[in-house]
Amino acid sequence: MRDRASDTGGESPGRRARGELESGVLAVLWAADRPLTARQVLDGLPGDLAYTTVLTILSRLYDKGMLVRRREGRGYAYAPARDEASDTAARMRTLLDRGSDREAVLARFVSELSAADEQVLQRLLGGSDPGRPGEGV
Amino acid sequence: MTFTVYVPLVVTVVLAVLAPAARRLPPRAAARSLACAALVTATGWLGSLALLSFTGLAQIPEVAERGHWSVAALRAEDPVSLAVAVLGALGLIAALGSLAVAAVRQTRQLLWARREAAAVPGDTELTVLDDEVPQAFALPGAPGRIVVSRGMLRCLGDDERAALLAHERAHLRGRHHLYLALWRLTAAVTPLLRPLADAGGFVLERWADEDAAAHVGSRTVVARAVGRAALASAAAHRRPQLAATGGAVPQRVRALLAPPPAPRALPLVAGAVLLALCCASLAEAASDSERMVVSARIAQCATARPAPVAADPDGASHRHPHCRPHRHTRPL
Repeated sequence: MRDRASDTGGESPGRRARGELESGVLAVLWAADRPLTARQVLDGLPGDLAYTTVLTILSRLYDKGMLVRRREGRGYAYAPARDEASDTAARMRTLLDRGSDREAVLARFVSELSAADEQVLQRLLGGSDPGRPGEGV
Repeated sequence: MTFTVYVPLVVTVVLAVLAPAARRLPPRAAARSLACAALVTATGWLGSLALLSFTGLAQIPEVAERGHWSVAALRAEDPVSLAVAVLGALGLIAALGSLAVAAVRQTRQLLWARREAAAVPGDTELTVLDDEVPQAFALPGAPGRIVVSRGMLRCLGDDERAALLAHERAHLRGRHHLYLALWRLTAAVTPLLRPLADAGGFVLERWADEDAAAHVGSRTVVARAVGRAALASAAAHRRPQLAATGGAVPQRVRALLAPPPAPRALPLVAGAVLLALCCASLAEAASDSERMVVSARIAQCATARPAPVAADPDGASHRHPHCRPHRHTRPL
């Protein structure tokens, strides 16, 4: 967790950092298509985290029932618990389908694209993405 | 009064024209300035309309009688034509009605979001939806939640996922939903403030983008995250696109790939001067109209009581309570 200290007040930094770490670990596990060990989770997290920190976060999330785990070697491999997430997804989906009124309070990560936007975006990303050099510029 | 009462209306128009320029300013300052501008101009707009309709209303004989002022004296000052006053009154009624509707709707939406955020299982900041369709949003509440679908997490790389979380977190930490609510309320007062609301919505996204860039330590990573997420969502939805939202994502990506926007004082100072002008004119117009009413009351006393009854002040005050030596303390 870098250079966030001065940003906003509120809850204690330790508790906030823990919440942020939990989010990061959950995101890594959900993005993977198989259970991950603590070491693999650590690899998927940006920044320099201690291995033991990741272990702590994993076991806390497991205690909360957010994760399932199975033995792998000397440790565990973790995967997200999907039951509640599907329920939530179903509810969120109906609320998003209901339309504009309620959706208005949600700050969405990305808005919709027009066909022209899509082309512009492809070109912009082509220029910045080291994985795909010189595409369409 | 003759022209000062119109200044807030003119300032509103000028700011509506200038608002899109705020998109290029450093986003945090731009969001705060736009919020301030929207609040002041909406208040100025309502105040101007109220003063205009009051000067018209005050010329109705029944109203003048209740207020104990002279219609003739008020007309002699000729503040505004009756037609303008009627327009002002209609505008005021429309603005207040629309504001009330918007206030109810905004409150309902925010309460709904709070309930929904509280109903999400678990106590983690991040809620993942088990859904292939990529989506991500911040659900304001106490505490707010970051809601992201599995499909969205899978289309992003490790750094980009961190950028996405930081972006949504910035929305929640900065209480951006309150800015949005403010802009929607002010746009309900007058549609002229819609450009401020539109520019505001955009700079909030930019603000969250810049916060995310500071958090992950790279503007390019955030640019890629935004771009990838938008392309993946577009591919998943494939429905007729809304022209109104066009261009926002490419603009954000372009801004992130360019150097960070330099702080610029001139637009902010210009905006502050306009707002100060708006407040000063409204205050001036209000005190003008009070002065007119006061002098119309004095005129009324002079006609109603040509021969002062100095010996019987009590009797005089029974008939015309406002003809006693003046104390300018009555509100308008």
